Amino acid sequence: MIMLKDVSKTFTLHNQGGAVIPVMTGVSLTVAPGECVALTGRSGSGKSTLMRMIHGNYLAASGEILVGGLDVAKASPREILALRREELGYVSQFLRVVPRVPTIDVVAEPLLTLGTAAEEARDRAAALLARLNLPERLWSLSPTTFSGGEQQRVNIARGFIHPYPAMLLDEPTASLDAINREVVLGLIADAKARGAAILGIFHDEEARARVCDRLLDVTGFTPGLAA
Amino acid sequence: MDGAEMNIYAKVKEAGPLLSVRGLSKFYGSRIGCADVSFDLFPGEVLGIVGESGSGKSTLLSCLAGHQAPDEGGIVFDGRDMFAMAEPERRRLARSEQAFVHQSPRDGLRMGVSAGGNIGERLMAVGGRNYGAIRETALDWLGRVEIDGARIDDRPSAFSGGMQQRLQIARNLVTAPRLVFMDEPTGGLDVSVQARLLDLLRGLVRDLGLSVVLVTHDLAVVRLLAHRLMVMKSGHVVEQGLTDQVLDDPQHGYTQLLVSSVLQV
Repeated sequence: MIMLKDVSKTFTLHNQGGAVIPVMTGVSLTVAPGECVALTGRSGSGKSTLMRMIHGNYLAASGEILVGGLDVAKASPREILALRREELGYVSQFLRVVPRVPTIDVVAEPLLTLGTAAEEARDRAAALLARLNLPERLWSLSPTTFSGGEQQRVNIARGFIHPYPAMLLDEPTASLDAINREVVLGLIADAKARGAAILGIFHDEEARARVCDRLLDVTGFTPGLAA
Repeated sequence: MDGAEMNIYAKVKEAGPLLSVRGLSKFYGSRIGCADVSFDLFPGEVLGIVGESGSGKSTLLSCLAGHQAPDEGGIVFDGRDMFAMAEPERRRLARSEQAFVHQSPRDGLRMGVSAGGNIGERLMAVGGRNYGAIRETALDWLGRVEIDGARIDDRPSAFSGGMQQRLQIARNLVTAPRLVFMDEPTGGLDVSVQARLLDLLRGLVRDLGLSVVLVTHDLAVVRLLAHRLMVMKSGHVVEQGLTDQVLDDPQHGYTQLLVSSVLQV
């Protein structure tokens, strides 16, 4: 479902003398349907960079990034938007929303974009927020003022509201208590069971051991870090 | 699975552009307004155009909207060549299938006419005659832009800046245009009012399937509203692409400077 072939990434800093910084090279990997693969490697080794390239947020310098048949490295913006809408879910560490929009609408939005009726979208959002133990009195408030753990659960709800066949998870359990961590691990297990291909970054080693089928150390792809 | 995948991209490829712009240039004597701008805008898509003052983004917008005649290039709207069109036909298009939201509500509203009148006037311009139906539609649109229906007979001069801007949007959208040009629509507003307007615009774009060309210098606004982004400098498009990609991984030196100059909150 997710397949990378010889992908590389450089940053060119035009305002600092045109310095070219190679950050990743020779990345090849595959994630099959129903499989969860964890990216490992120390901070700065390029785990997030790799996830961003697959999401189409960073441009790859070379190589192929195939997600369900679309080569993200060469796709048009409209194709990438269609991919994100229908097939590729992403739970980031940061919540970026229009201020003042109620939490329940933030979570329901991906479904509205897919054309789901507003009432059904809200019902599904409510069910997911309840499963994630977010108190109902918060649903009508904007998540911008929430605590880190609350914001993270909103992000997770938003990422799991549609059964995407491919998912990218950036530290999905990082600021959660034990109970909610269990809920998130359950969501990941469910997604795998329905056949989703998942690529994730998990610093939480026990969580990683429970849901991930394989580990992939990205240090080997990082120029200057590979030993 | 394979069949479904082919479908979502086939949909993307099959739908033709609503607006096609090719080689558009506008010169003021020897000075460049905008030069050799080309892009396609598809149904339901929001294109952001950013750049500093004097980058040519407003010149480009006014050429696209037909407020200025470009010196070179072509614009095709829904299969129709805008420059081969007779003037009355163009004016009719500008009132019905296209709309223009100005930065200052004063430029887009009639300040001496009631709120309901401002909305009704657009409807009458496209042939609306039934007073009751027009008032009903005006009332419906006031509600959609979150203005209390009891204010229908008040003049916009009695409204706050944010309300005036929402009224301008209602006046523009009441004729169900397919393409909306927006020039700094959140420009003069307090941040809290801006947030409400952004939410409103996002909902309208999604629910009505609007295509929008949005000119702004506010990168936070384009991140939340625009699907695609064009960066202009000295009249030229220096970079374009997926909005979050251009903002998070800018390729051109000018875009890198622009993005890194934004103050963090």
